[in-house]
Amino acid sequence: MSDLLYSEVEEDLRASVRDLLTDRAGFTSVLARTESAEPYDLKLWRTLAADLGLAGLAVPEELGGQGASYREVAVVLEELGRSVAPVPFLGSAVLATAALLAAGDTELLPRLAGGELIGALAVPLTTAPDAGFPGGVSANTEGALSGSVRTVADASVADVLVVPAVGPDGPGLYAVEKAGATVTEVVSLDLTRRLADVSFDNASSRLLTSGPGVESALRQALLVGAGLLASEQVGVAQWCLDETVAYLKQRYQFGRPVGSFQALKHRLADLYLEIVSARATARYAADTLATGDSDVPVAVAVAQSTCSAVALHAAEESVQLHGGIGMTWEHPAHLYLKRAKSSELALGTPGRHRAALAGLVNLPPA
Amino acid sequence: MSTLTADDLRARVGELLAAHPPASTDRLEFLRARFDAGLAWVHYPAGLGGLDAPRELQNVVEAELAKAGAPDNNPRRIGIGLGMAAPTILRFGTDEQKQRYLRPLWTGEEVWCQLFSEPGAGSDLAALGTRAVRDGDEWVVNGQKVWTSVAHIARFAILVTRTDPDVPKHQGMTYFICDMTDPGVEVRPLRQLTGEAEFNEVFLSGVRIPDANRLGAVGEGWKVAQTTLMNERVAIGGNAIPREGGLIGMVSKTWRDRPELRTPELHDRLLKLWVQAEAARLAGTRLRQQLAVGAPGPEGSAMKLAFANLQQALTGLEIELSGEDGLRYDDWTLRRPEKVDMLGRGPGYRYLRAKGNSIEGGTSEVLRNIISERVLGLPSEPRVDKDVAWKDLPR
Repeated sequence: MSDLLYSEVEEDLRASVRDLLTDRAGFTSVLARTESAEPYDLKLWRTLAADLGLAGLAVPEELGGQGASYREVAVVLEELGRSVAPVPFLGSAVLATAALLAAGDTELLPRLAGGELIGALAVPLTTAPDAGFPGGVSANTEGALSGSVRTVADASVADVLVVPAVGPDGPGLYAVEKAGATVTEVVSLDLTRRLADVSFDNASSRLLTSGPGVESALRQALLVGAGLLASEQVGVAQWCLDETVAYLKQRYQFGRPVGSFQALKHRLADLYLEIVSARATARYAADTLATGDSDVPVAVAVAQSTCSAVALHAAEESVQLHGGIGMTWEHPAHLYLKRAKSSELALGTPGRHRAALAGLVNLPPA
Repeated sequence: MSTLTADDLRARVGELLAAHPPASTDRLEFLRARFDAGLAWVHYPAGLGGLDAPRELQNVVEAELAKAGAPDNNPRRIGIGLGMAAPTILRFGTDEQKQRYLRPLWTGEEVWCQLFSEPGAGSDLAALGTRAVRDGDEWVVNGQKVWTSVAHIARFAILVTRTDPDVPKHQGMTYFICDMTDPGVEVRPLRQLTGEAEFNEVFLSGVRIPDANRLGAVGEGWKVAQTTLMNERVAIGGNAIPREGGLIGMVSKTWRDRPELRTPELHDRLLKLWVQAEAARLAGTRLRQQLAVGAPGPEGSAMKLAFANLQQALTGLEIELSGEDGLRYDDWTLRRPEKVDMLGRGPGYRYLRAKGNSIEGGTSEVLRNIISERVLGLPSEPRVDKDVAWKDLPR
């Protein structure tokens, strides 16, 4: 059976990431940044990606990475979820990096892994792993791309885009430099994860891979993204629970701490129980991804459908149980609600993952 | 703790099997020999069925014995003795008590039951009113207990009584071992909504218990009972199960075998429960992995709650998925089973019996209080009964 615990190395990693984020991504600064000209903290990103080497955790050392595994990436995502830090980790260090790994690229990977470049995978963030190869972008015989993709995560800060496009010989994955694409940032429901529409008009590109394996390469990248997003969702849920418990201990109404009322305690106990389950599914997904276990598709579907729902429930409870304070812009709860609701749609909704599961475990529809 | 290794234990199992070949040895004789070899529960002290070895090494023993086809001690039937009475006797018993009770308890020769709950003391167990009054070297016990599983086949009971009504309820309790064959002990079946009588009422009328059968000090019964209850919850969720183990597998199989019963709405619910069952299974695995490395997390208290939720939702779905057959019941005959048989009965039985999962061994409401107070650290509800003498409590 997979190891569902955190190793000592992983706990050390967690501690150092948490320390850094506590210092540099405190709530007030995160909130202030959401309405500034620089919604992403690229200085923080450089510390995470380049100085700490976290952008290349799962990339082999010979390709400029740390040679660790997706288990460690999951731990980092959990902490990024706890702080909703505005950094392009999911888009660059997870999605684009996984796509480049699956495509067998050796040129861009070292630069992404070292934090020198930021990447993004040019698919709508809602794309589920089993969605099939997208047809919105086409490549001509010279490899010039045309077409558009909406709601791409982290594209607005990306230096390079990994683009699934259909060429004369079928589907392929292409790399396009920022200058070759028109990137239009859109107003995002999630204030701390930016989205952009991307279009290409005869953009020059480099073919990364094509042929029979390309569809499974894209699917693999999306499975990695969906499976690891579950850990980010666990982080979101845990923050919401911790913060809400702390608040209910100090908020007095009717002459007692609100947290002493059974009606509220039971809701928090249920939430705790949900998070216990969610963490186990997220750990399992990360471990199967790390070891290349054949159970990856089931593990990811179970983790995504569980963790999406738990993060959202935790965030909704957090707003409700904070009462009026929870409705205000100045309290952080809304950032987590926005992250949780957006993440529910990201990389496949819970329903979509359950439908995929139905096929995987032979429970056919009516 | 001793420095025994897995290999040492394998060698000891080999010696036991050589001296008492399971094929040609009487079942009880084999179990007694196993106890005497210290292979009953290896983490118990030497001479009391164990070897002072690390608890997780028990798995090595079980695997070796299973391979050899050795008889088991039927732990489900004697679960209360193994899970609750034994650890309490080990912690609070005198040497004489440990020598007298643990061996026949483990072999199953003597079945144990637990006389805790009363009609007026369920979730609020500390409110119990069964009186024990000292009379020389004996105690005279009067009162009524309820929800007592296997009382009708039990030889002994662990019993909590009120010995001092003038102090607050958590004080003034005393814990005994009660001989169920003594005069004044009357066991009546208590028929449940399933039709069977899995539980009993036990009436105690002038039962005389020697002071030598007391566990722990007079007035310290609550502390002793806490040990028993903690061990009850540890016992839950113990074994690794494969994916689709238990009820979810049964429901999934029905879904695959009976396409005519499928509807889109049931499909949706089935998949949600499949995911929930898999998540609970993984959480149970994670918990066991934590225990194995000696770092038990607080998740354990959540698992019983998860199990009850899941069993109830699954059994409800199963009836709906049964179509016409969901309207039928397998058997309303009054039976007195020695253990719960969830998989051997029909969906109607499972649905009804699962209602007990959120009540027995601590209601889901009490468990939520435990999680919110002891794990999350939320304040307790104001207590109006804490400093009031038991006799003055409203009831």
